[in-house]
Amino acid sequence: MLAYLAKRLGYYVVLLAVAVFLSYVLSSLALSPRGYFEGRQPPPPAGSVEAQLSALGINDHTPLMDRFGTWASHALRGDFGRTIDSGSVEEEFGRRVGVSLRLLLAGTVLGTVTGVLLGAWGAVRQYRLSDRAVTLFAFLLLSTPTFLLAVLLKLGAMKVNQAAGGELIAFTGEKTPGLTGSATTLLGDRAVHLLLPTLSIALGTAAAYSRYQRGTMLDVLGSDFLRTARAKGLTHRAAVLKHGLRTALVPMSTFFAYGFLALFTGAAFTEKIFGWHGMGSWFIDAVGKSDVNSVVAVNVFAAVMVLLSGFLADVLHAALDPRVRTR
Amino acid sequence: MTTTAATPSAPVTPVTAGEPTEERPPGRTRVALRRFAANPNAVVGAGVLLLLFLLAFAGPHLTRWSHTDIDYGALRQAPSAAHWWGTNRIGQDVYAQVLHGLQKSLLIGLLVALFATVLASVVGACAGYFGGWTDRIVTFCIDLLLVFPAFLIIAIVSPRLRDTGWLAFVGLLAVFGWMITARVVRSMTRSLKERDFVRAAQLMGVHPLRIVFRHILPNVSSFLIVDATIAVGGAVMSETGLSYFGFGVQPPDVSLGTLIADGSGAALTYPWMFFFAAGLLVVFVLAVNFLGDGLRDALDPTSAQHRRRRRRRKGGRA
Repeated sequence: MLAYLAKRLGYYVVLLAVAVFLSYVLSSLALSPRGYFEGRQPPPPAGSVEAQLSALGINDHTPLMDRFGTWASHALRGDFGRTIDSGSVEEEFGRRVGVSLRLLLAGTVLGTVTGVLLGAWGAVRQYRLSDRAVTLFAFLLLSTPTFLLAVLLKLGAMKVNQAAGGELIAFTGEKTPGLTGSATTLLGDRAVHLLLPTLSIALGTAAAYSRYQRGTMLDVLGSDFLRTARAKGLTHRAAVLKHGLRTALVPMSTFFAYGFLALFTGAAFTEKIFGWHGMGSWFIDAVGKSDVNSVVAVNVFAAVMVLLSGFLADVLHAALDPRVRTR
Repeated sequence: MTTTAATPSAPVTPVTAGEPTEERPPGRTRVALRRFAANPNAVVGAGVLLLLFLLAFAGPHLTRWSHTDIDYGALRQAPSAAHWWGTNRIGQDVYAQVLHGLQKSLLIGLLVALFATVLASVVGACAGYFGGWTDRIVTFCIDLLLVFPAFLIIAIVSPRLRDTGWLAFVGLLAVFGWMITARVVRSMTRSLKERDFVRAAQLMGVHPLRIVFRHILPNVSSFLIVDATIAVGGAVMSETGLSYFGFGVQPPDVSLGTLIADGSGAALTYPWMFFFAAGLLVVFVLAVNFLGDGLRDALDPTSAQHRRRRRRRKGGRA
């Protein structure tokens, strides 16, 4: 198993290197920081624009490969350069990464677990009323883009707040600014703020996973080995949980890796809509400012996260499927 | 797959090279149509889609307003006889705008799904059939494109697309939408390659590309049809998401995404500015998903047979 995982890891490192290179080239070619500086009011002198661009390492008069070489040699030592406002990319990164990870982690865990359980449950109760209700609801959620879901949740919260006559569900930012009180008050405040953004990510994820899980579970439920398990005296529940669910989870580990892509995009939208200062909203703002170094940093973060979840999926696959381990 | 022959009512294996000569067993299309018609969700989905297309392409001709007209005498007006779905904050007719946006979103969704599916089927089938280095290179490209959320790349490139218009946007969405389909086609091709009819074609000296196009692709067509249908919904969702944040369709052109973005701020006070666009978006994607699900059941003999088997057993237990 270790040899298999090491091989996958090596492949992912190569993928990461090529992906980072491509994203640097693409960002440098597509964004024009020169235009950003020249468009300032009052227009700065040409020499100062040139000096600023060179200082940031994003001067388009330097050959692209030289720029990438300088950036990469710094990046390998953990220095991702400066943002277009001359702040440190790593500091900005440090401020924001926690925000995004909290949102992503809560959304993923909640969405995946709910989705898998709902899907498995729906498969066991195929065509009954509860299965139909879950299916219909899942379809409805799958047909609502994350950004629309976030906007709708926000509107719903505003309506509730109007009806309640106060801030019952707070949804802007991570916490109420200037709120003081005991640790539990502060923690509770953060939890309330976390509610809607997490929901907007988790609901879509849960809907998608429930559909996949229902499909794989249905395949497994009709299989011979489950009948054998029942025949040797296992209860229906034990057979389904021990032999059915575990087997049905194997193909799901692949979806887990792909699912992260959609999740990251959804999180970017959600952060922007709920006013969270995470990686996603940083990225959207950075594109607006032609901030090449920040854009590349978010790309690297996304690529690392996707490959990590891919690797995690491989580990999960190896743990669940004994055939992989002997390969 | 092996159980296909066991049930008499299962259709003949998906179309192979020759056309069936005898008349007695119902053809694949008839079987599929009958199964499709028996599925209420799918029929409703297809009907709703048809209505939406009619609305998007014939609807704008029913009103005298176009999506760019401004009625200075009617700002933020609720739906009325003059403006069926009301007006927005600068006096544009919401009905005309939403239908134009729907039209654009539909076109983008259809084109993206078409391009992505064609790309995925050709690349996936070639990788699976030829194997070796072709396969390795294609797999690497697929993995590479999967590393980045498409949203990031499209957002980065979007400032360059302001001048080229929405067709370039369609191309970008398609380039980032084919990978997973291609993977499935590749693995299906690898198992089809071992089948006798492909072997026979190889031994007869049929050109490899001809085998791919005439023997492999028709055999994965039911998967491709279903996948393309679902992809339309996915493409519309990506498009509206990107347009919502200003990375997609650019003003003065409108799509459902830009309309939702414009209306969401005033949604509680002036609901008509927001809910017509949002509602049509959800209804459209929902109809596409129902249609895709129904098509899967109708076209894929294994899935339908599987369900029948389960149902019969359940009947026996009860």
